[in-house]
Amino acid sequence: MRLSEKQWTLLILAALIALSPFFFPSSYYYRVGSLIFVNGLAVTGIVILTGYAGQISLGHAGFAGIGAYACALAPAHLGLHPALALVLGAAISGVLAFLVGRPILRLKGYYLAVASLGLGILVAMALANESWITGGPDGIKVADLGLRAVLKSQGLDLSNTEFWYAFTGLALLIGAWLALNLHDSPTGRALRALHGSEIAARTVGIDVARAKLAAFVISAVYASVSGSLLALQNRFITPDVAGYMHSIEMVTMAVLGGAGSVLGAIFGAGILTMLPQVLTVFAEYEQLMLGLVMMLVMIFMRQGLLPSVLRLIRGRGE
Amino acid sequence: MPELMQFLLSGVTVGAVYALVALGFTIIYNASDVVNFAQGEFVMLGGMVTVFAHHAGLPLPLAALIAILSTAGIGVALNKLAIEPARGAPVVSLIIITIGASIFIRGVTQLVFDKQLHRFPAFSGDEPIRVLGATILPQSLWVIAGAVAVFVGLWLFFTRTLIGRAVLATSNNRLAARLVGINTGWVMTLSFALSAGIGALAGVLVTPITLVSYDVGIALALKGFAAAMLGGMGNPKGALVGGILLGLLEALTAGYVSSQYKDAAAFVVILAVLFAMPQGLFGKKSTDRV
Repeated sequence: MRLSEKQWTLLILAALIALSPFFFPSSYYYRVGSLIFVNGLAVTGIVILTGYAGQISLGHAGFAGIGAYACALAPAHLGLHPALALVLGAAISGVLAFLVGRPILRLKGYYLAVASLGLGILVAMALANESWITGGPDGIKVADLGLRAVLKSQGLDLSNTEFWYAFTGLALLIGAWLALNLHDSPTGRALRALHGSEIAARTVGIDVARAKLAAFVISAVYASVSGSLLALQNRFITPDVAGYMHSIEMVTMAVLGGAGSVLGAIFGAGILTMLPQVLTVFAEYEQLMLGLVMMLVMIFMRQGLLPSVLRLIRGRGE
Repeated sequence: MPELMQFLLSGVTVGAVYALVALGFTIIYNASDVVNFAQGEFVMLGGMVTVFAHHAGLPLPLAALIAILSTAGIGVALNKLAIEPARGAPVVSLIIITIGASIFIRGVTQLVFDKQLHRFPAFSGDEPIRVLGATILPQSLWVIAGAVAVFVGLWLFFTRTLIGRAVLATSNNRLAARLVGINTGWVMTLSFALSAGIGALAGVLVTPITLVSYDVGIALALKGFAAAMLGGMGNPKGALVGGILLGLLEALTAGYVSSQYKDAAAFVVILAVLFAMPQGLFGKKSTDRV
C-alpha cells in the first residue's frame, strides 16, 4: 500500500512521540519533549498562516498569552474548569483575530505583520500592567487540569512529566492531523493559490480576503491552545509568554524547519526548543547563535532545513 | 499650561529620535523594498561605540564620528552579507533575515561590550533652559536640530545631487534605473550606509538623555517603524512628521492618561492607521502590475 504524504507525516510524528521515551536517560527529557510539542502546536498554526497562505504574523505570542491567561484567570474568577478555560481562551483569540484581521487582510503585503506586531505587544503590555488581575510581571499561578488524577483513579498512574509528555504529544498529533486535512481542503487549496499570486487566485473566483482571514483565525486558535497547554503544564505563567521575542521565536521555528510542511515546522520547533538546553554552557552566545542561524537558513535554505535536507538526500538517491 | 508645554517639549525630543529612525527605515525601504528590523540596532551601536571609544580616552566628537562611520560600515556589511545574497526571496524571508540580524548584532554587542547602562556627558552641559514656564535640556535641542539637519540634508541630497537622484530613480523603478546606467547595487550599498549612519547619529545625540545599553534597539525599531507607517511608508516627509507626532502622542499619553501605557500609544497608532488609512498620512495609493 502506498501512503500519502499526510499519512506519512502523521505516522512519522506518532512514531517519534511514542518511541522517543525509550531513549530518555532521565525524566527531564519528558519535560523538554512536552515543551517541543507545545511549541510545535503553535508552529503548526504558523504553517497554516505562513506556509500555506504566505502571510506573516509578528504577534502570535499575543494569542498564546490570551490562551495562557484564560487558563489562569477563568478558573479563579469565573469558576470555569481549566479545560473550558482553554476553550474560552481559544474563542477569545479567534474573535480577536477575526476583528483585527478583517480590515487588515483586505490589504496586501506586510501590513498583517505590522498589525499583528502591534496587537501582540498591546496584549503583552496589558498582561504586564494590569497587575490587579494578572499578577503583573511576576506572573500568576494556574489551576490544575485534573486529568492526571482522573487517569490515576482509572488505574493509569503517570508521573507529572510523563503525563504532560503524552498529553501534549496527543494534542500535537491532533493539531497536525487537522492542519494536514486543511492542506487538501478547498480552503487549503485557496490559501496555497493566493500564496502564489493573489491576483491569479482572485481571477479563479477565490475570496482572497476571506481565505486569508480564515488562516489567520485558525492559526490564532492554535497559538492560544498552545499557550493554554503551556500554562496548565507549568501551573504558572508570566507575561513573557505574550512577548515580542516569543512571537519571533514562533515564526523562526516554522521558517527554520520549513514553513511549507507541518513536519518541517515541528522539526524547527524541536531544534529551537533544544538549542537553549544544549547551549546552557554557552548562554552568553545564545542570541548570537539564534540570529546567525536565522540569517543563514533564510539565505541558503529558503525552504527551511527539513525540506532542503530531504531534497539533498533524494537528489543523491536518484 | 506649563504642564502641557513640558509634555510638548519632551514629546518633540523623543519624536525627533523616532523621526531619525523612521528616516532610516524609509531610505532602505525605498532602495530595496526591505523593511529593516535591525534599524534600532544602528541607534544602539551609535550610542554604545561612542561610549566605549570615549572611555578609551578619545575626545567625544571623534568618538561619535568613529561610531557613526563604523555603524555605517556594519550597515553595508548587513546589505552585502545578508540582504544581497537573499535577493528575490519572499518578504517573509527578508523580514526574518533582518530580525535575525538584529538579534545577532545584539548578541555580539553584549559580548564585545557589556550589559550595563551607559551614558556620556551632554554636549552643552545639563543646565535646563526655561521656555514658557517649562524646561528643556540643551541636549534635547541638539536632538531636534539633528533631526531637522538630517531631513534637510537628505532633501538636498535627493533633489540636488546626481547620486541622490540615482537613488530616487532606483526606488521608483529598479529595472528602468539600471537601463539608464545606474549601478543599482551600489545604490543599495549607499542606502544601507546612509541609513545606518543616520541611526548611529540618533544614538549619539540621544544617549546623554536616555542612556544606552545593548537591548535598547528593539523598542526604537518598533516605534520608528510605527512612525514610518503613520507618515506613509517610503515617504521622508511622512517619516519626519510621523516621528514627531508619535513622540507628542506618547508624551501626552504619559502625561494625561497613564505613564504605564505610554508605550502603547505607538501600537494603538499602528492599528488605527491600518484600519483607517493604510497608506499613512503622506503615502500614495499604489497599484500592482500583474
